[in-house]
Amino acid sequence: MTPTPISALGFDEPSLVERAQSGDSAAFTTLVEQYQRKIFRLAMNITQNTEDAEDVLQETFLKAYQHLDGFQRNSKFYTWIVRIAVNEALMKLRKRRGDKFVSLDEPLETGEEEVKREVAVWEGNPEDRYSQEEIRKILDEAVESLKPDFRTVFALRDIEELSTEETAEALGISVPAVKSRLLRARLALREKLTRQFKRKGEDVFAYL
Amino acid sequence: MLTCKQFLQELNDYLDPNVDAVTKVHLQAHVSECPNCFVIVDTTKHTLQVYKGIEPQAIPDDVKTRLWNALERKMAARGRE
Ligand SMILES: [Zn+2]
Repeated sequence: MTPTPISALGFDEPSLVERAQSGDSAAFTTLVEQYQRKIFRLAMNITQNTEDAEDVLQETFLKAYQHLDGFQRNSKFYTWIVRIAVNEALMKLRKRRGDKFVSLDEPLETGEEEVKREVAVWEGNPEDRYSQEEIRKILDEAVESLKPDFRTVFALRDIEELSTEETAEALGISVPAVKSRLLRARLALREKLTRQFKRKGEDVFAYL
Repeated sequence: MLTCKQFLQELNDYLDPNVDAVTKVHLQAHVSECPNCFVIVDTTKHTLQVYKGIEPQAIPDDVKTRLWNALERKMAARGRE
């Protein structure tokens, strides 16, 4: 068997998966290289713990390798490993929180908490005023402040860009549950980032 | 017209590029009339953009090394089967 050079063709996921399934370790390695950062980011976003995220990263790719034969090629490889990673990350969360863990299936409190919304426009693009490192820190802290249910849905939908249906499937929750959690997460993050990035000394009345 | 609270309940739909035209027009009517919700829509869009715009951070070297070691052991074990 003559291996096809990978770099010459760019990243061809279906063929890499096919080769990995037929026992080509180099092809699997390329898939790991492609997705390891995203899986680690997802694991960090869910667990908020470096040690746990490292375990999740390892377990995800070890399990993917072990169960590669079971992967159906008509689905997306990335979505498949994300599901493995989500399962591992949720197990870590449960372990850390012991009995106090609230299952993702349980209904959330529906009482609309009275929050004063921060209604202010942003001062230009944060990218122009802050370094990547500073922005990353602000974004990470905002996500960390969300409850696990919310930050998990937000990470899958708005960071890893899964569809609503894929997110529901990965978490084993309903589509409406994904939507309501996503809304709460987006509004909460908007609130936090607006406090950070707003144009100082101006509020919405400037618009009236 | 929708109240602000009703509009915000539907904010995801408003931000969804695939939402149907009727819903979009219905929601747009509120945004055009309500400066508060206009700002909330705008800053929510910014929020999502800034999250999507940030590259995943490099994995710490020691974490990466342990991942590759674990994978190599697994691959070697499988090779012997
Ligand atoms: Zn309004």
